[in-house]
Amino acid sequence: MYSEKVIDHFTNPRNVGEIENANGIGQVGNAKCGDIMKITLDIKDDMIKNVKFKTFGCGAAVATSSMVTEMVKGKTLEEAMDVTNAAVAEALGGLPETKMHCSNLAADAVHAAIKDYLDKKIKV
Amino acid sequence: MKRIYLDHSATTPVDPQAAELMMTYFLEYYGNPSSIHFFGRQVKKALEEARYQVASLINADPSEITFTSGGTEADNLAIQGAARARSGKGKHLITSAIEHHAVLDTFKYLAKNGYELTILPVDEEGIVSVDELKKAIRPDTILISIMHANNEVGSIQPAAEIGRITREKGIIFHVDAVQSLGKLPIDVKTMNADLLTVSSHKIYGPKGVGALYIRKGIKISPLVYGGSQERKLRSGTENTPGIIGFGKACELAGERMEEENRKLITQRDKLMNGIISRIGHVKINGPLGDKRLPGNVNVSINYIEGESLLLSLDMLGIAASSGSACTSGSLDPSHVLLAMGLSHEVAHGSLRLSLGRHNTDEDIDFVLEELPKIVDRLRMMSPLYHKAN
Ligand code: FES
Repeated sequence: MYSEKVIDHFTNPRNVGEIENANGIGQVGNAKCGDIMKITLDIKDDMIKNVKFKTFGCGAAVATSSMVTEMVKGKTLEEAMDVTNAAVAEALGGLPETKMHCSNLAADAVHAAIKDYLDKKIKV
Repeated sequence: MKRIYLDHSATTPVDPQAAELMMTYFLEYYGNPSSIHFFGRQVKKALEEARYQVASLINADPSEITFTSGGTEADNLAIQGAARARSGKGKHLITSAIEHHAVLDTFKYLAKNGYELTILPVDEEGIVSVDELKKAIRPDTILISIMHANNEVGSIQPAAEIGRITREKGIIFHVDAVQSLGKLPIDVKTMNADLLTVSSHKIYGPKGVGALYIRKGIKISPLVYGGSQERKLRSGTENTPGIIGFGKACELAGERMEEENRKLITQRDKLMNGIISRIGHVKINGPLGDKRLPGNVNVSINYIEGESLLLSLDMLGIAASSGSACTSGSLDPSHVLLAMGLSHEVAHGSLRLSLGRHNTDEDIDFVLEELPKIVDRLRMMSPLYHKAN
């Protein structure tokens, strides 16, 4: 039921883990089924130098997490903010109807991490 | 790739003997059992033989067996049929929180249509409390339905104890025995069952066939009207190849039950103990020992999610199932695990392995070797795992 790309990202997820001294951290939960995704960012000069993820969720959730890290790595914050959940699902060759909600985590977590970075910056 | 099937509670392969017999009734003896000519008579005889075989496995009289299209239809016929037939006597119905949806959703439908429903809780092992049941009974209670054994966690319910109470009070007792048929000895008489559901495809018979035991003297209303087959309780030309295959499967199950259970229990315990000793932060769901179905293993593996687990197992050729929200169409975790008091998170990481006739010791070894690696990999990916360490 999953596309080859989804299976590929699920089997060989890119950028798994946590960046130790991350300056942007985002964790979001999926209200629908209770899954959790955490993104850590290393941001320098408004650029995402490095990104890692950890996900507690289904195959589609893991694959979208992995895909979104690839899509935002090396991008400016502005570019990363423009990445949508739908774009992530599309990059994976689509998701089954019942799994569309899983992709809601991916971009949301990245955006949350960026907001976290910006909030901290203001406070400093 | 070698495929290992560990989902026998979902369905089983048809026994070759049953399949072969069925073939004859597709190709040669294709008559309609209601016809009076040779073709009809031939198949009518085989149909009644099958009725006898099903009845024998649960110590019923053949005249007490009504064939249906499966367990779901038999549950619906029992519950809707009994509730309708008895609605003049009362409107109160009782069932448990861990029933199959075929039972639970039928009751919920009735509750929306003028009946009152009590859903009994279960303990942390997934067993209905007889005391709670006694307390729930009212003067206007007309029907109680409790499953014999649970499909997810394998917990065996105190059916005979409940039957004693319902018989004494004159309340109809329906037992969903889909998971226990052919695995536990069933005697409708000592159980005091008035209605009992069985299904073919869980015991190496074909899909699309089931039966309802209706104790002599118990009146229920039909769901389907038409040609008056099955003593007017289930109109429609009988699925003769299916019913005859089901009969054969019942006969074989009766013959093999004891020996098969010995094997299943040994393999089940090896698998459970192996998982506990090789993987940390796990919890067996359901009771241990003889309160559990012989082939059922259900374990929650903390910090990971069930669908990811199933996907990873499937890539290695291992077929299993899970109570995770992500595997269900409704995106709710298993109602059985929640009723047993598990948190959403722990229910999320549940894995059911249901063993069957053809599983070998090598199958178990393979799972015990591969499962810990999969769990490790998924935990490395889990944001919950770090916190736990
Ligand atoms: S994250 Fe639960 S269904 Fe995908």
